[in-house]
Amino acid sequence: MPSEHVILDSRKSFIIEKGVAAGATIDCDKESLSGAVSQRACVYCGARVVLNPITDAVHIVHGPIGCASYTWDIRGSLSSDSEMYRNSFSTDLREKDIIFGGETKLAKAIEEVYSAYHPKIIFVYATCVVGVIGDDVDAVCKLAEQTYNLRVIPVKSPGFTGNKRTGYKMACMALMQLMGDEPHEEKIPYTINYLGDFNLAAEAWIIQKYLREMGIRVISTITGDASYSTLINAPKASYNVVQCAGSMTYLAKQMKKTYGIPFEKVRFLGVDETVKALRKIAYLVGDTKVIERTNALIEREMKKTHERLETYKKKVAGKKAAIYVGGGFKAIALIKQFRNLGMHVVVVGTQTGDSEEYAMIRRLTEDGTVILDDANPSELQKFAMDKQADLLVGGVKERPLAYKLGMAFIDHNHERKHALSGFEGAVNFAKEVDMTLNSPVWHYVKNKNKTI
Amino acid sequence: MCHSENRNFTNLHVNPCKMCMPMGASLVFKGIENSMVLIHGSQGCSTYIRRHIATHYNEPIDIASSSLSEQGTVYGGASNLVEGLKNVVNIYEPEIIGVLTTCLAETIGEDTHHMIQSSGLMDRYDGIDFVSVKTPGYGASQYRGYLAAVKSLVAHYARPSGVKTERLNVIVSDMSPRDVRELKRMLNLFQVDYIMLPDISDTLDASFDAQYKKIPKGGTKRKDIMDMANSKATIELGMLTDDHLSAGKYLEDHYQVPHYKCPIPIGLEGTDTLLQLVGRLYNKKIPRLLLEERGRILDAMIDSHKWNREGKAVIFGTPELVYGVTNLCIENGIEPQVIATGSDHNHLSEVLQDKLEAFHYHPVIIEDTDFETIGKLTQQAQANLLIGHSDGKFLKEQLGIPLIRIGFPIHDHVGGQRKLYIGYEGSLRFLDEITNTLLDLKHDAYRENMYATFYGPHSEMAR
Ligand code: SF4
Repeated sequence: MPSEHVILDSRKSFIIEKGVAAGATIDCDKESLSGAVSQRACVYCGARVVLNPITDAVHIVHGPIGCASYTWDIRGSLSSDSEMYRNSFSTDLREKDIIFGGETKLAKAIEEVYSAYHPKIIFVYATCVVGVIGDDVDAVCKLAEQTYNLRVIPVKSPGFTGNKRTGYKMACMALMQLMGDEPHEEKIPYTINYLGDFNLAAEAWIIQKYLREMGIRVISTITGDASYSTLINAPKASYNVVQCAGSMTYLAKQMKKTYGIPFEKVRFLGVDETVKALRKIAYLVGDTKVIERTNALIEREMKKTHERLETYKKKVAGKKAAIYVGGGFKAIALIKQFRNLGMHVVVVGTQTGDSEEYAMIRRLTEDGTVILDDANPSELQKFAMDKQADLLVGGVKERPLAYKLGMAFIDHNHERKHALSGFEGAVNFAKEVDMTLNSPVWHYVKNKNKTI
Repeated sequence: MCHSENRNFTNLHVNPCKMCMPMGASLVFKGIENSMVLIHGSQGCSTYIRRHIATHYNEPIDIASSSLSEQGTVYGGASNLVEGLKNVVNIYEPEIIGVLTTCLAETIGEDTHHMIQSSGLMDRYDGIDFVSVKTPGYGASQYRGYLAAVKSLVAHYARPSGVKTERLNVIVSDMSPRDVRELKRMLNLFQVDYIMLPDISDTLDASFDAQYKKIPKGGTKRKDIMDMANSKATIELGMLTDDHLSAGKYLEDHYQVPHYKCPIPIGLEGTDTLLQLVGRLYNKKIPRLLLEERGRILDAMIDSHKWNREGKAVIFGTPELVYGVTNLCIENGIEPQVIATGSDHNHLSEVLQDKLEAFHYHPVIIEDTDFETIGKLTQQAQANLLIGHSDGKFLKEQLGIPLIRIGFPIHDHVGGQRKLYIGYEGSLRFLDEITNTLLDLKHDAYRENMYATFYGPHSEMAR
């Protein structure tokens, strides 16, 4: 019989219990421990999630078939135009390509894709094995750009060269390469780029709707519903607003350096954060008309939202939640959302949170909350059960675990089909919490030892 | 009959109709009692594979990774592997660990078997077995990864005891946990003692239990795999399996266990074949209950034959399943128009030829293909049914043709793990699903079509 609750020694520094181990720091941003069944993905995954929502791009995965197969159209990003991004292209490397190199195949694949679809932009992801056999992907892409007169951008994402965060950075570098290194002095007033929203279930559209009402035009959403033409115009924006800090802060910094675009971090998850974010953007633009319109919008939406949230709050207050999500920023927003619903957060973990984010998480949580980096199923099981969580928030892999433990579950993954951003998202979130926590099903499994 | 080109593009694969070898091998180990899997490669492979399996079965899928990093890739991953295996032992305490390679590990030349032997792990963990399987992602599809894992397990464990038994080895192919349960039921009705490999019936469709177990209970026992060398015969549900990949053939060559190939028992004839074989091997009559079920499916086939005749199907998935489904379609008058698989090197055309010719069907049969190609062929063929796993949803969306889901993965619907499509019982359910889809197709458009054809402004009458 496996002993129930094993925490490996080498994992101990990645876990703290607030108030119990005061002063201790939490280890993060390290490679996953071999054999620990990490919930993390790889560099390629990080790059792919960020770039994939660019709607008219062709994404070619240079490598064996698996990586392309597992990532084919699994995300809920929406497009207002092209559907090209929903395809999964691969060079499908075979044994002989591994031996003789895959450059020729890649070059021909680009040629084929070019003559069939005439895309404006192709991203070429170099996966694990390509990093090892040493294909000169850069050279192939460069030559293809010259030959076909389109943008062919390499994304260096061999899985083993770091973790998902490295992939985010590689994606940002690819975007910079697309936008070019020309400084843009001329800025169009009242315009922003909205970074780090992938338009899952129309989230970027929801935010754009608010901004339009405020009198601010979005040049490019990066990368939800982005396209070649909106991206190359991005350097003309007056400001950058960053929602997913984990993936996009690097790009914002680069754009500041190269094009002189100042940026602000915002969060549209939950009512408080949404209000704060909208105000921040209004003051960034600094126009009194914009500020007035923003205030009016906030007042109106708050009234609508407040009422609906109160009804849910009555039904969920006092319950305990465990959080295990990808980024630190998401975890922070979730803690606040649960608090607003009168719930207690008892476990918080992330796959790729950094030390700053963990410090913030510590400030926000109650004593006794377990905080952990790069957790595995065994740890999630232990702490969720020890702390008697009623609910777990997580991604696709965590869902069956929660259910097997008899626990309610909230989807916070890239595949979901309901928005969690903005006022609409805050209501959706509360509704989902209620739907899962108060489902009749728990009535039947609560008394687990009782048989019929 | 066969399409000249496998794909629309030669160097480009658009929308894969296959997965990679470690995926198939992982599924096998999920059907072995008290076992775990460690994939030697970078973190992504195991996470992707876990995610993919989890959405189909709706079960927690714990698969470890050796999390190879830059350093391990350059200097060799032995220490990562050993460290990883120790951690897996500590957390899960399994009896068996399947150690699978990846494209990365194979390319840098990692010999996991040797690495484990020289690591001291085997002495340290007496009682835990490490079964290495070579599964380079670029080697072949998940279909071959599956076969490789089954064969490795048999080669690792099966040993003759000197005493022959009356047991029957059954090597399972692309079937759901519910299907495996059905297979067991049929064999139980025969009162035949069997060893099923792999047995995912409980492990990938676990019931809700008061006490959560990190490794779900169930699966083929290791002592039973050992005993496979002593069995009376092996039935391998793998019509298309090449001898050198076949675990059944291995048992025959090494331990003289007679080896019989049989299709996955889908459809009337497919099921007949299996039951007759079992009956013959044990000199037993086919159980009454099963004969009644046979009568019932025949009755249903008659009832629905005219409706089914309107079906024009595109069938895709792993070769073995595609073979079974095609047979079911043929015997019910549903015309297979495109028969496609992403795996390469199989004998689909050969094994289907006689039957197709007998009923005058001339479908396109295509292997090593992708969904972009299947889509083009579907349009050309004016098919009205898609039958295959849920990656076909893209075609369904684009072409507006209904998709009947079978096989793995099914991640846009629930219940992939409890779909029953084998035996008379399962075949009937599956056939009903097809017939009803065709009926809906007809009825939903009936009034509109008639109006447009005979009465509306652009109708023949108006003209
Ligand atoms: S193709 Fe290779 S790198 Fe990709 S998931 Fe499969 S084994 Fe891993």
